[in-house]
Amino acid sequence: MEAYFNLFVKSIFIENMIFAYFLGMCSYLAVSKTVKTAVGLGFAVIFVLAITVPINFLLDTYLLRPGALSWLGADYASLDLSFLSFIMFIAVIASMVQLVEMIVERFAPALYGALGIFLPLIAVNCAILGGSLFMQQKDFSGVGESAVYGLGSGIGWLLAILAIAAIREKITYSNVPAPLRGLGITFIITGLMALGFMSFMGIKL
Amino acid sequence: MSSKNKNKKPVVLFVKEEKEPLFSKKNRALLSDPLDDNNPITVQVLGICSALAITVQLKPAIVMSISVMAVMAASNVIISLLRNLIPNRIRIIVQLVVVASMVILVDQVLRAYAYDVSKELSIFIGLIITNCIVMGRLEAFALGNGVWKSFLDGVGNAAGYGFILIVVAFFREFLGSGKLLGYQVIPDALYEMGYENNGLMLLSPMALITVGIFIWIQRARNRKLIEKN
Repeated sequence: MEAYFNLFVKSIFIENMIFAYFLGMCSYLAVSKTVKTAVGLGFAVIFVLAITVPINFLLDTYLLRPGALSWLGADYASLDLSFLSFIMFIAVIASMVQLVEMIVERFAPALYGALGIFLPLIAVNCAILGGSLFMQQKDFSGVGESAVYGLGSGIGWLLAILAIAAIREKITYSNVPAPLRGLGITFIITGLMALGFMSFMGIKL
Repeated sequence: MSSKNKNKKPVVLFVKEEKEPLFSKKNRALLSDPLDDNNPITVQVLGICSALAITVQLKPAIVMSISVMAVMAASNVIISLLRNLIPNRIRIIVQLVVVASMVILVDQVLRAYAYDVSKELSIFIGLIITNCIVMGRLEAFALGNGVWKSFLDGVGNAAGYGFILIVVAFFREFLGSGKLLGYQVIPDALYEMGYENNGLMLLSPMALITVGIFIWIQRARNRKLIEKN
């Protein structure tokens, strides 16, 4: 239990997708103009990350890793399909996004109305593929750990986009030098926020 | 159906090439626009993730730019060739599959010939798949334009992306560790006089701030890019 909690906190703060690895920056910059849309996208990211990371973990363990196919018989034990992981992961992500979109539309129309436009965008959000690729590097011991990692990274992403959206809403009232307005100042603020988040790095969990 | 399309396409291509020289003014603009006015990173805001994470040193930045250029040129050409055959509703998946296969090729080549760099770039080669530059240009350009133009567009945008990457990496490596491409460029005498490397430049937040300052300089020079709010 403790290990799960540590991993959860670590993936939210210490290994924050945006501030430590810059993943999902494109949508982070494009969709952070108002808090409302930022929250919508943030929840969609949490949703998809928490689903795709464990699925890709299973895929990696039972299909792609060197020796993963040994459950098929001794003949297959020496196969290494790991070069296929990019294409498998992205296929899983694209189809999961489609599936999630259909399920949400059918059973929670209100949520669909709120998330609707963001769901297709997510298939090409680097944070989602990044989550799966980091999962592959980290050698998790089970589905539980990978699910916690996916959930935590998603929450960290939501936190980051929420913070920048709130700041950007306020900064429209400030007198920023003209060439810095919009994109430039957002980059610099994100840099300062990332400096702040670096203070979490010393924490050993 | 497919044979019809096959018959059609070379004709269209041929006519176009006859009308327009290979490097006409318009085609040259496709190459040069992304370097400044329409830069994928600082103006279109595409492909930021990898641009920031791998710019600590010059070498990985150069390798990354070359890889992105290869992937973009190849996938732009392929999608442009297939553009009349792809059903509109599944185009995103088709694009992803094409891009992913190109990225796998690049990844395998890097692992074979430049293993150290490929270790350093780790997951960021894989993330070229979801690099918005590639998808963005496929959607915005290759789906509606001919093969040669799409090729130029891919190369041009990748060059604009690589340009920023290399500039940021230059400053970060130069100020952060006093080296360029791994060779020391700041003379020892300067260190003896008390010069210190700015270790902050090696940390990830400074990548963001460097790009921010770059955008500032670019927009101060090129006033029409300034945003309203």
